[in-house]
Order: sequence, then C-alpha cells, then structure tokens
Amino acid sequence: MTEQKHILSILVDNQPGVLSRIAGLFSGRGYNIESLSVAETTEPLVSRITMVTMADTPVVEQIMKQLHKLINVIKVHELTGTSYVQREMALVKVQAKPEHRAEILRIVDIFRCKVVDVGQGHYTLEVTGDEGKMDAILNLLKPIGIKEIAKTGIIALFREPK
Amino acid sequence: MKLTGAQILMEVLKEEGVDTIFGFPGGVIIDIYDELAKTDIKHILVRHEQGAVHAADGYARASGGVGVCLVTSGPGATNTVTGIASAYMDSIPIVIFTGQVPTQLIGNDAFQEVDIVGITRPCTKHNYLVKRTEDLARIVKEAFIIAASGRPGPVLIDLPKDVSNTKITYKPPQKIELKSYNPTYNPNMKQLHRAVKLIKNAKKPLIFAGGGVVLSKGSKELTELAHKTRTPVTCSLMGLGVFPGTDPLWLGMIGMHGTYRANMCSGECDLIVAVGVRFDDRVTGKTDTFAPNAKIVHIDIDPTSIRKNIPVAVPIVGDCKITLGLLNRLLDKEDLGDLKTKRKKWLDQIDEWKSTKPLAYKQKDIIKPQYVVEKLYELTKGEAIITTEVGQNQMWAAQYYHFNKPNHFITSGGLGCMGFGLPAAIGAQLACPDKLVVDIAGDGSIQMNIQEMATAEQYNLPVKIVILNNRYLGMVRQWQELFYDKRYSGTGMEHAPDFVKLAEAYGAVGLRATKPEEVEPVLIKGLSSPKTVIMDFVVEREECVYPMVPAGAPITEMLLA
Ligand SMILES: Cc1ncc(C[n+]2csc(CCOP(=O)(O)OP(=O)(O)O)c2C)c(N)n1
Ligand SMILES: [Mg+2]
Repeated sequence: MTEQKHILSILVDNQPGVLSRIAGLFSGRGYNIESLSVAETTEPLVSRITMVTMADTPVVEQIMKQLHKLINVIKVHELTGTSYVQREMALVKVQAKPEHRAEILRIVDIFRCKVVDVGQGHYTLEVTGDEGKMDAILNLLKPIGIKEIAKTGIIALFREPK
Repeated sequence: MKLTGAQILMEVLKEEGVDTIFGFPGGVIIDIYDELAKTDIKHILVRHEQGAVHAADGYARASGGVGVCLVTSGPGATNTVTGIASAYMDSIPIVIFTGQVPTQLIGNDAFQEVDIVGITRPCTKHNYLVKRTEDLARIVKEAFIIAASGRPGPVLIDLPKDVSNTKITYKPPQKIELKSYNPTYNPNMKQLHRAVKLIKNAKKPLIFAGGGVVLSKGSKELTELAHKTRTPVTCSLMGLGVFPGTDPLWLGMIGMHGTYRANMCSGECDLIVAVGVRFDDRVTGKTDTFAPNAKIVHIDIDPTSIRKNIPVAVPIVGDCKITLGLLNRLLDKEDLGDLKTKRKKWLDQIDEWKSTKPLAYKQKDIIKPQYVVEKLYELTKGEAIITTEVGQNQMWAAQYYHFNKPNHFITSGGLGCMGFGLPAAIGAQLACPDKLVVDIAGDGSIQMNIQEMATAEQYNLPVKIVILNNRYLGMVRQWQELFYDKRYSGTGMEHAPDFVKLAEAYGAVGLRATKPEEVEPVLIKGLSSPKTVIMDFVVEREECVYPMVPAGAPITEMLLA
C-alpha cells in the first residue's frame, strides 16, 4: 500500500507531558512525524496539535486509534480527504545584495509576503501560505541566497459548510 | 478536616477497598509508611520491588480486582519497571505508588531522583506526577478507574515527599469525570447481526479466546456460545481457563507451542470468532499465511487491537462479556437445529487430528518434565492456581495442566518475564488464602526472584514451587538445538544452588525427586505440607517442547515430537 501525507488535528489536555506522550507513541511504534505544531485553544485547558504524518491507510487508522487511546487525548480528526484550510508560516532570511533588492521586493509583492527585518546585507521575509506557495517562493529565493529559515509546521482547520 | 497528603492517600485507599499493598520503603515515603501502619491495610514487605509488582499482578489476576504497590523513589522506582511492563503487556490492573523527591528539588538531580513518569510512559496505561496535595485524592481515584476499566492496565502515581507531608483541608472529591476517557462497552448491533449470519453459515468455525475474556469475566458467555453453536474453542496463552480444558469442544492452546489440532483448525477453518485477543506473533506465526480460508469476527474492547496485525471482516469494539451475552441472545432467536449435523464433518476431522497427533512425549527412566505437570494436574484435580516462570516450564504448564476455570493460570504472557512466577504466586495466595497455589518454575527463572522465598515465609504463605530442573536455560537451549546446530552458547546452568538446602535456609521445606517413581510421592508430600515448599524435579536435560512452529513460519507447519 502506498504512503500518503495525512494531516491530523488532535485536541489534547493542556498539561505538561502530553506532547511527550504523543511523541513517544510515534517513536515507540515507528510512525513518522513530518511536522507538528501545538498551541492552546480558546479553552485554556485544551491545546490543539496539528500533525502531518506519512502513512498508508491501515497505518493511519492505527495511528488515530492509538492516539485516541492516550488518556489525555480528547479528539482526533483526520483533515486529509475533507474540506479544510491549511497554512504554514516561514521566516526567511535572504541575502540582499544591492543588485537583488528590487527582485526580492517584487517576489514579496507577488506572493503577498512582508519584509519584517532589514539589515546591511539581508532582508527577513514573513511568508504565509499553503505548501504549494511555500515551495514556489522558496524555489525563487534559493538562487538569490537563503541564509536562514524558520518554519512552523502546518496548521489546519475544517472548512465550515457554506 | 486538616489532613496530610499521606493521610489523604490512606482515606482514598480505604474508599477504594484496598486491603493489601505490596511494597518496600525508603526515605521519601516514610510519611506514607507511617500512616499506612495506622490502617487495617495489610502491607506485604517484599524483598525486591520487581517482586512487589509481580505480586500485585498475581493478586489482581487471582482476585479479579486491582493490585497495589508502594515503593520509594530512584532505585525503588526503577526496580518496578520490568513488573510494570509485564502487567502492561498482559493488561493487568495495578496501581503503583512511587515516592519522589520534594517538588522543589525535581529536575536538580537530587539524591534518588529519577523521572519515573518519563521512564514508564510507554509501559503504563497512564501515569501521574502529583504536584499539589490538593490534586492527590482526585488523581488516585482516577488512577483506580483507569486501571480497572476498558482494557485494564497499570497506572503509576509519583508522589513527591512534600505532597505527602503537606497538610490541607481535605474535602473528599465528588464525582470523578474523565472527559477524554470513555471506553466502549456496548457493541454496535449492526456488526453483531453480521456476526450472527457468519456463524450460522460457517461450515468450519473456530472460536479463539484470549485474556480479554478473563478480564471481562466472560467465561460463562463464551462457553455458552461454543455449546450453542457447536464450535470448537482454542485459546491464546493468556486465555487458558476461559473454556473448560476437559470439554469435548476444547482444542488446546494455539500458536508456537499450540496443539496440532488447534493449529490445523486455524489453517482449515472458514470462520474465526476471535474474542479478547490481539493476534500476537506467537499466535499467528507468519501473518500473511494465518487462517487463509477464514473470515474473522474480532471482538475486543480496545479498538487498537482490531486490524493491528490481521485483516478483519467484522470488527466489534465492546466488552467481551457484554458482547458475547448479546450475541448469545441474538443466536437464541435463530433456528440452529441443523448445526449439529452441519458441524459433524468438521468435528470429526478435529477428532482425527486429536487421535493421530496428540500432545505426546516419550517416557524414560529419567523424569520427563511433562510427566511432572501431568501428575500435578491429576493430584490437584485441575483445581490449583498455577503461576509460571518463563521458558519450557511455562509451555509445559500450558500444555499439560488442563484449566477448567479462568483466573487459575497466571503467567507473564506478553513480556515473557523470567522471575514472574514466585512473586505472582505470593500475590495469588494472598488473594485466595484457601486455594492451592503452585509456581511451575524453571531452574533459571526461579533464581531471578528467589529472594521472595523470604516474603512467603514471613507471611506464612504456603505456596508450592515445582522446579523442572534441566540445568539449562531450556527454551533458549531448545532453539540452539533446533536452529543453531546445538551450539549451547550461554545456556548451561550447571552452577545452581542446592534448591533443597536453599528452601531450608529460608525456613521452607525442600524436596527432591530424581527418578520417575519419586515424582508422585514428592508431589503428594509437598502439596500437602502447610508450609512454603520447593520441589526440585531433576528432569531430562535436553527435552524439547513440541509441537513447535519455528519463528516466522506458518503455524500449520509444526515440528512434532
Ligand atoms: C528476564 C528474562 N531474561 C531472559 C529471557 C529469555 N529467556 C526466555 S526462556 C529462557 C530460559 C529460561 O530458563 P529456565 O527458567 O530454566 O526455564 P526452562 O526453559 O529451562 O524451563 C530465557 C533465558 C526472558 N524471557 N526473561
Ligand atoms: Mg531450565
């Protein structure tokens, strides 16, 4: 069976050790974590973990059941295969030689990013979007020279019916 | 009312009906021991913390309740890990209290500090570090609920010293609510109807039952299902006893050392009703050749057990007892009149397997280990609670002692943990003071927790230890004989203590048999003694357990005696 990317949205008790239980479950059972993001929800006692994993169908079914079995996990949903919105954010520090500055700003404009820091020889850009957009902009910036990059994992929510 | 954490703990333990605690004290839990001595709770002082957990495990299994342990921080806590892992793999409800350094020292590498919550996260059903005395009562109550409900398992509570000696105004917690924990007890009826149809139409059905049936106390319902539908029954190691070992529909155990007929049935059957099992690799052998012709109905309370290793046609998440009960009621509404004739060919075939390839061994003038277990079975009329160590002794116990009731076979199944049997027997004897409790042991395993002889003596527990003494780590030696050209690397155990003298040194009785004709007299004498007894049976050194399915082979391909 073929492995596919699955986005899981997991509501958990906002308590110390919960993330370690989840990470331990994945490492102990040999599941993989592509990305992970965690933050409190509007309810301070509950956090949302958005996780991306590569797995075939039986394995993702097993992952969801195993997650659900953890006492501190309240809900597990798979978003893949449903209608959802997803975003990722990156801070990208690019080399900004005088001859490249105009081009960088043009890319910023096209992709609706922001310049959040300007230094002697670099710009730091804030990029938000789905994976496709991320890949596209990074491909354009690479030849110009990416010095450093910090990326969040994917965060995602179901779309509400129109 | 102002109470310390330690006093609150005693209040909650009393409320939970705890009457026995297996433990070993140390610096950070002196406050708790101080309060414990003021209660009616019986404290059993073990000689090693691993023994405390195995004893609590044996106690839980023999009583059908929850076992409780109490140990100190650091080494006391780490010594429990093997016991916890064994209980976790066999889904046994235990609550383990570990002491911890005071909260303000946690993280500073204080004396006897270990992160036991971190260490045991993957081998507990859940665990807690109590940070405030105010949370203690609620957490303990939650722990007992979690340990015993759904698919049971061990729960650990780490208690920092300041949490146990801080005084607070105590209000007993009201209702305990676990919003994210809600096991499914009642099965989906649509799936049950599908199961009924499959059972009715099957020509060659098989019931395969495991530890889940023991845990849910569903033995009666299982037996009813088998009789009603005239379906033969096999069990995993953990399930032995849920179906009478003397019933004509009984096939014996399935798997690596299963009977010929049980394993052949799995290969030939067209339907498996699997109840409270998890299709461990010791059962299935090579998974893609397991039960090639069968549709599988799988009943289990833990959804992760279903479709983990084996594809399933009808998954049913629910409590085994409740689900089997409902299944029986649905079957009552069906006309099952022709099942008797319909199943005849299948049952005849099974009888033929049984008579042509029974469990067998060759008698000689040296004691055969199987003979010892057979005699033990005869003399105890199958009524004893049997615990085991691990290895050949465990398999011979499973094969030659025919269990008629659940909760009578207590073995470390999933972890296969040597050193389990003696402390587990101690726990079982405390749970069932009027029962005969026998540890069927190997000469290797018994030495792993032999120190618990002192515990048995201290509390006058008349447990009986039957050592099948082959002076080898026999099961490993068997693999070396069969698959490594008899290269017995690291498996010779010629240097063992004189077990008779050892028993006497502990104040117990020691007996020995070296010839077949001595087996029965030694058993009779040992079993009738009111004391703790070690019976040392010097057996054939290179006996092998048969049938045997080589690891990774289909289970229908067996090496036979
Ligand atoms: C703690 C532990 N260590 C190692 C093993 C591996 N092992 C499985 S069976 C066995 C031999 C046990 O020897 P003995 O108790 O004499 O039993 P026999 O097989 O000879 O009956 C060993 C070493 C184990 N199961 N548990
Ligand atoms: Mg041995």
